This record gives sequence, C-alpha cells and structure tokens, in this order.
Amino acid sequence: MTTTAPEAGRSSVRERPGPRRRPLTLRRRESRAGLALVAPTLLVVLLVIGIPIVWTVLLAFQRVRLATLRRTGLFGEFTLGNFDRVLHTPGFADTLWTTVLYSLGGTAGSILLGLVAALIVRRPFRGRTLVRASMLLPYVAPVVAVTFVWQVMLDPQLGVVNDWGQRFLGWDAPIPFLSQDSTALWTVITFEAWRYFPFAFLFLLARLQAVPADLEEAARVDGATPTQRFRHILLPQLMPVIALLAVLRFIMTFNKFDDVYLLTGGSAGTEVVSVRVYQFLTARTDVGAAAAQAVVLAVVLIAFVAIYLRFFGAHREA
Amino acid sequence: MDRDRIETVSLRWLRRVVIAAFLIITVLPFWYMLVLSVRPIERLLLDPGSLWVPVGEFTVATYAEVLKAAEDGGQGFLTFIRNSGLVALAATLLTLVVAIPGAYAVSRLRFFGRRQVNALFLAVYLFPSIVIAIPLFVVFTRVGLRGSLFGLVLVYISQTLPVSVYMLKNYFETIPISLEESAAIDGAGRLGIIRRVSLPLAAPSIMAVALYDFMIAWNEFLFALLFLVDKPNRWTVSLGLSLLADGVEVPKTVLMAGSVILTLPIVILFFASERLLTEGLTSGAEKG
Repeated sequence: MTTTAPEAGRSSVRERPGPRRRPLTLRRRESRAGLALVAPTLLVVLLVIGIPIVWTVLLAFQRVRLATLRRTGLFGEFTLGNFDRVLHTPGFADTLWTTVLYSLGGTAGSILLGLVAALIVRRPFRGRTLVRASMLLPYVAPVVAVTFVWQVMLDPQLGVVNDWGQRFLGWDAPIPFLSQDSTALWTVITFEAWRYFPFAFLFLLARLQAVPADLEEAARVDGATPTQRFRHILLPQLMPVIALLAVLRFIMTFNKFDDVYLLTGGSAGTEVVSVRVYQFLTARTDVGAAAAQAVVLAVVLIAFVAIYLRFFGAHREA
Repeated sequence: MDRDRIETVSLRWLRRVVIAAFLIITVLPFWYMLVLSVRPIERLLLDPGSLWVPVGEFTVATYAEVLKAAEDGGQGFLTFIRNSGLVALAATLLTLVVAIPGAYAVSRLRFFGRRQVNALFLAVYLFPSIVIAIPLFVVFTRVGLRGSLFGLVLVYISQTLPVSVYMLKNYFETIPISLEESAAIDGAGRLGIIRRVSLPLAAPSIMAVALYDFMIAWNEFLFALLFLVDKPNRWTVSLGLSLLADGVEVPKTVLMAGSVILTLPIVILFFASERLLTEGLTSGAEKG
C-alpha cells in the first residue's frame, strides 16, 4: 500500500497561540483525531460482537438450557460435557464435511461466475446499465423470496423446471431436487453460486475499471491478443481481489445459515454446521451444546483461514 | 487471419451469448415470481410450465389476501412491511453515522492501532452470526429485549457496520490525497476537509453503502427468526413469508404475491439509484 497520509497543512503555526503549551505535532493531532473518529465503530463492534463471542466460548463450557436460563449466571460450573455431547451426536462429521463441500463449491462457483460477468460488462454496449443492474438482482433480492422461488421452481408438482424437463428434455419422472440426497447438496451449491456471484462481480468490476487504460493499450500495441491481455495484464491486477474474495466468500459461506435452512431445512444431506447449531438452540433448547457446536464451527473456520493465509496470503502483505 | 483477429471476433460473439445467458439466469426467477403471483392456484396446478399469464387467468386477489390484516382473513403483510421498513431505516442511518468517521480515520489518519483496526474488521467476518446469535439470544431473553424491534436494530447495526467501514474505507482511499492537501493548504481543518472535500466526493459511495445496509437489514432472516418468532405483530416481511411458507394452508400463489411485495421495494430502490452507484467518482477532479 503506497498511501501516505497528508503531510501538508504547514499552517500549524497558528494553532494554540498560548506561550507555555507547545502545540501538538501534526502527527499527534492526526493520531488523536483518528482515535476519536474510530471510537464509536469500535464500541459497537465490541459491544455487539466482541462480548458475545467471548460469552459463547464461556457458555460452551457450561451446562445451560433455555428453561434454566433465568437462573444461570455468567460464570456457572465449567464442564466439558457439551463438547462430549456435540462430538458424539450422530452426524457430526457428516455435517462438517457437508459444510466444507458447500463452502468450497459456493465460493468457487460465485467467483467464477462473477469474473465472467465482470469481464463481459466492462466495456460499454447498448443496454449495459440494465444488464449490469440485473446482474445484481440475485444478490440484492431478499433471501427468503429467492429461496421460495427456487423451491417452487424446482417443485416436482408445481415447478416449471420439472415440467419443462419432462416436456423438452425427456425426463421420465419429476426430480425432487431439494429433497433427495443425490441432488440436494448440488442444488444448494448452485443456488449459492447464483446468489453470490454478484458480490464477486461488484468487487471485480470495480477493480477492472481501475486498471489504467494505458496498460492495455501498450499491450495491444505490442501485439498481445485479447486472451493474452487478460492473462498477463488483467489477471495479475485482479489476483489480489480474487484472493480477498476467496477468503471472504469462503468464510461467509461456511457461516451461512439462511440459504440452507430456507431451501432444505438441513434435510437430504445438506445439514451445515450453523443449521445444526440452530437445531441445538431451538429444537433441543440446549444452549450449552449449541454454543459448543458454534465454537467448533469457529475453530474449524479459523484453522482453514490460517492455512489459507499461510500458503497464499504471505506475499500479499508486502 | 491472425490470432488476434480470430480471438477478437470470436470473443465478440461469445460475449453476446454470455450476456444473454446471464440475463436469463438473473431475471427469469423474478419474472417467474411475478407471473405466479397473478395466477390462481388451480390454474397453476393444471399448467405449471407456463412462463406468462394465459389469457383470462390474471388476478390480483392474491395481493389482496396477502396484504389484508389477519383479522380480515388475510396474511397481515401490511404490518410486516411497516416493521421491516422501520427496522431497516433505523439500522441504515445509525450505521452510517458510526461508519463514516470510522472509515475516514482508517483510510486517512495514522493513529495508534490503525493496522489492528483494519485487521479487526476482517476478523469480524470470521465470526459466524450464529456464534454471536447464541449469547444475544440469551441476553435478550434475560433483559426482555426479545421480541422488540429495537433489539433487532442493534443487532443489525453490528451486521452492517464492518462491511460499511470496509467499503467506505476503500472509497475514501480512491479520493486523491492532493485534493485534501490543497484544502489543508487553503486553511481547512480536519473536520472541514472531511465535510467539504471528502464527503461530497464520496457522496455517491455513501449512497451505495446506505443502500447496501438497507438491503442487508430488510433482507435479514436469522436474527428476526430467533428474536421475533413468537410475536406475530412484530414479524418482518422476510420472517412472515418464511413462516407462512412452512405451513400448507396458504396457497403458493398467495405467497408469491408476498415474495413480490418483499422483493419489490429493494429492486425499485436499487434501480432508482443505480445511476448513483456508477463509476467515475473523481475523474477530472485533478489535473495532470
């Protein structure tokens, strides 16, 4: 990063004319202003995110049920019982594996689609504004509405997909995409790629438009073909964004609750960890086990991200 | 023909095909939603493959039913719309008030711990909302904030804040520092610079962030589900739709009308301000 904060404003002489107190240096004033401006943000993050995270970890080691909630203090008796219960509830490993597959598939799919989309709307053409706007539709539309539409579209009786499949593609019977084990996870991953490619698209398009035109012009003059220009000029410029997107999308997908919960409710082999946490919390009203399961989720996620940063992120900080 | 020519021509055609494909996959589901919302359910069962409204089938009874209050035999979506709107607006405004100074500081000012703050916002992403949801669920149950829209606003701010700061920070960084330097030389103080130079230049971006925040809050589902589920008069549109969709008694076409109502405000807002969100923030602001 080459940004250097402004050194200008030599007019500091007129600050604080008092003879005793030496005026603060520009650097120190800058530092104070910075802290003051960032304080509210930090406060909210600490209050609504920081403290709850610590609390979840504490809850994970206590025996807390929703019914006994009013009587439980912050520090109850500490126990490992929750983890024991969570690890030995059937389906633990399956859930983790499903989550990994779902996250990798969703991440790769959305970035790939987003990259293609960004490349095709980069240059002006007639109707580009409209195309670009509609590209963002899956992402801006409410998750409850789009999952509902997908459910109906894929419905074996009511859905347009099965009707067309049987009429034009020669399917023998309707395919219950969201309720049979062989298709449910793939459908959910496809949904994820469809819904989140605009996120990647936005980031990539913004970066593409910041690529100096001279660079490509020079490459063109030197005889580089379009694919060569993409490979050697654009892609290297996009790589940091793609790397960032890969981390962001992976983390967000790994944590995702809404999409899977609304599409399948976690049935047919699509139960991801956060849906499981939710089941512990509401269906079993076992707050301790839910917290333990959530901690497992966070730890696995941190491990993945650490590995990623170790192998791919090392040179980015330079 | 050389390679350059072949590539240029074939890519031009490929591009058209891909644009069409993208249009289909992005717009079709919404078109389908719209069509289903104005068809009677009996007709849908007979002809599920239709992508337009057959002549004589058009009806708006679905909308009437979904909007009417529960006492009048409807689904009560008017109340849900009010709840969602209030929560989303409050969350957006409060987020901006907090995020703008924060983002400016992180992008421009060198202060103790600036790098850590940067890292913190990325780290906040690390934490699944479900992890935060458990203790919030516990706390809100204990202090009686469960079932209150105010509690929901508080949670939504925390959801939108990190990404808002991140986006705004990036925008502030694209504003040439020399502009701020000229203002400083002309005698403007720090706040003057922010108010007279940075904010006006970032206005379209701030609009974009506001839109994004509103969208997150309007669309949010998990926290609404956890906090409001047993208070039907406080349900947001998202929550109401998903809970009604779980049952079997409400026809799918009526729920499609609900989906349209849920989606439409976002889409209208989005298309109306699309122009605002476009490129070219600072082009031409600086000579040379």
